Amino acid sequence: MTHTDAPLPLFPHRHLLGIRDLSPPDIEILLDRADRAVSISRQSEKKTSTLRGRTQINLFFESSTRTQSSFELAGKRLGADVMNMSVASSSVKKGETLIDTAMTLNAMRPDILIIRHQSAGAAALLAQKVGCSVVNAGDGTHEHPTQALLDALTIRRAKGRIGGLTVAICGDILHSRVARSNIILLNALGAQVRVVAPSTLMPSGIEQMSVNVFRNMEEGLKGADVVMMLRLQRERMAGSFVPSVREYFRYFGLDAEKLKAAKEDALVMHPGPMNRGVEIASEIADGPQSVIQEQVEMGVAVRMAVMEALLDPRRNPEGPGA
Amino acid sequence: MSITIFSHARIVDPSRGLDETGSVVIEDGRIAAAGRDALNQGAPEGATIIDCAGKAIIPGLIDSRVFIGEPGGEHRETIASASQAAAAGGVTSVIMMPDTDPVIDNVALVEFVLRTARDTARVNIFPAAAITKGLEGREMTEFGLLREAGAVAFTDGRHTVANSLVMRRALTYARDFGATIVHETLDADLASSGVMNEGLYASWLGLSGIPREAETIPLERDLALARLTRGSYHAAKISTGMAADAIRRARGDGANVSAGVAIHNLALNEHDVGEYRTFFRLAPPLRAEEDRLAMIEALKDGTIDLIVSSHDPQDVDTKRLPFSDAAAGAVGLETLLSVALRLHHNGEVPLIRIVEALSTAPARIFGLPGGTLKPGAPADLALVDLDEPWVVNEAGIRSRSKNTCFEGARLQGRVLQTMVAGRTVFAV
Repeated sequence: MTHTDAPLPLFPHRHLLGIRDLSPPDIEILLDRADRAVSISRQSEKKTSTLRGRTQINLFFESSTRTQSSFELAGKRLGADVMNMSVASSSVKKGETLIDTAMTLNAMRPDILIIRHQSAGAAALLAQKVGCSVVNAGDGTHEHPTQALLDALTIRRAKGRIGGLTVAICGDILHSRVARSNIILLNALGAQVRVVAPSTLMPSGIEQMSVNVFRNMEEGLKGADVVMMLRLQRERMAGSFVPSVREYFRYFGLDAEKLKAAKEDALVMHPGPMNRGVEIASEIADGPQSVIQEQVEMGVAVRMAVMEALLDPRRNPEGPGA
Repeated sequence: MSITIFSHARIVDPSRGLDETGSVVIEDGRIAAAGRDALNQGAPEGATIIDCAGKAIIPGLIDSRVFIGEPGGEHRETIASASQAAAAGGVTSVIMMPDTDPVIDNVALVEFVLRTARDTARVNIFPAAAITKGLEGREMTEFGLLREAGAVAFTDGRHTVANSLVMRRALTYARDFGATIVHETLDADLASSGVMNEGLYASWLGLSGIPREAETIPLERDLALARLTRGSYHAAKISTGMAADAIRRARGDGANVSAGVAIHNLALNEHDVGEYRTFFRLAPPLRAEEDRLAMIEALKDGTIDLIVSSHDPQDVDTKRLPFSDAAAGAVGLETLLSVALRLHHNGEVPLIRIVEALSTAPARIFGLPGGTLKPGAPADLALVDLDEPWVVNEAGIRSRSKNTCFEGARLQGRVLQTMVAGRTVFAV
């Protein structure tokens, strides 16, 4: 597979704000493109000229080293000019900065804006105010579409398919945008989705989210093809949502014993950054079933695919705002 | 001596259970007669006669929950601009919330509001004073002096008094002065960072939910305290079927309680939030459809006494933000009647009951003049075309802030003329 293959189908969206907006064929378009991008990233010459002359701005209101560098690298490999704007989230009225910053950046005529923000709906709000493509790199507890796409790509490359697989998503479902995007995407592609968490970390109405709900890890992992762990933030451990780290790990941390319940060749995934010894044991994170490093690699490929697809010159030959 | 006569009007006067065609005679700012037989003696000489051609005359609306930005937030709304919006909506009296800057928690502020209203307002503005100083939920304000100065009710506005002892004392003390405690109930801990109704829809949007219990737990406490103290208590804006049940039970126990509902909770539900539309971030939040239907049922059976606009002007600085960061509230004075008339046109609530909830009931609960077309009452009234269709357009809104939930909405029924004490304050 090389990127000189026959032209890929046109991606029919201007922004990527959430998996919710995508049809199954849309998702396949992005995954197919990402497969090509993996090949590019594995060559010694990694730079292409697909987005040469285009300007990409990474606007991160929440600090995130890995997502931001992944987007940065993806842009650079496509030949775009990449600018990083890390906006300190310390000011009291964070939202004011969002609109103001958006208008300022828009005036600089970027081609694509990558946004990470602590408020749900921030990416959609930004998309209304600017003239370029917007990619949601995580908005509050709403969605994180490129994470779900990279997870899907990792699974598809390891298992050859997604439809028919059983995927168990475990941990802080309540606060996880990764979980929401994955639930939508995996269901769209025909996987059986399970969620495993203590009830205090389940969102209201979870039973109606097209998932099977488990409060017991062994039961939830039984026969699973994929075990997807979520990060539990420190401030949520000490008594507010769960009583202690030690109790959480005892019942919901992924260790060798619990993993036995899943299929023998089950994949172990984690969006990172990991809390070793909280939601996942080190031996599992570094073990043979873990594809956590592959996820990072696929992240760059998926982000290349998304940006290429959004800025497809066939759709918008003159560039945005022309 | 000036005399105005509205003839051939459909007169809807809930204070007398009246819905008949006749005339309304206004003499020196007061109703002289209203009804089928009002012109039995013939029209007096020199009277101005307005032929209503079957259009409705109703008592002017009394909106008992209106937030105004003056003093402190005049860029959002002034007493004058709110009164223009009110007049256009057929509202002849408003009770103004004490959530101003500074807070209306002392006599000087009540006097300021009354003076400003006298000089700039087209409709009657009645200030409500805070229950606690600075709306902080700790020390009681001077109920007696404030009442004497003109405060018509006591409420901590958007705030809930969390301390049960403070609430008990307020209810007890207010009773001695014949004052009503008006309360919006929200358990701040339980609601936590919630911004919309808790449930599947909020979960998909990634927004924190406000459970119904955040409203009903402090409400149940208040109702228990109202029974204990025999104080007069008004639940300002209930939004859930559970809250309506609680009010019903307390009434059954003989407690001196009443309840209101915001027009939004009668007309809209959580799905109107759509894709993070901040104009639909409200307090209480828009609830599920079953709650909306429960509100209509409770309005119909009288569990809910009155409807409020909960008019709350917010500007770009507080609304053009991500949903979680935006302020709650929507303007509503100008659309209150037309939106309420939807319930009449849909056949859900009888017209006379809707008019009662918008005029007669608030007059009775808060002891205000108006809310009736009885002879001797002030001529606060509205001439309404109950059927005229129109589309809400932001540009036509008179309020200084444009945060309406009904932009583009197709409504039926419109105010043609509004009178306060016999003086026309609005006419199309």
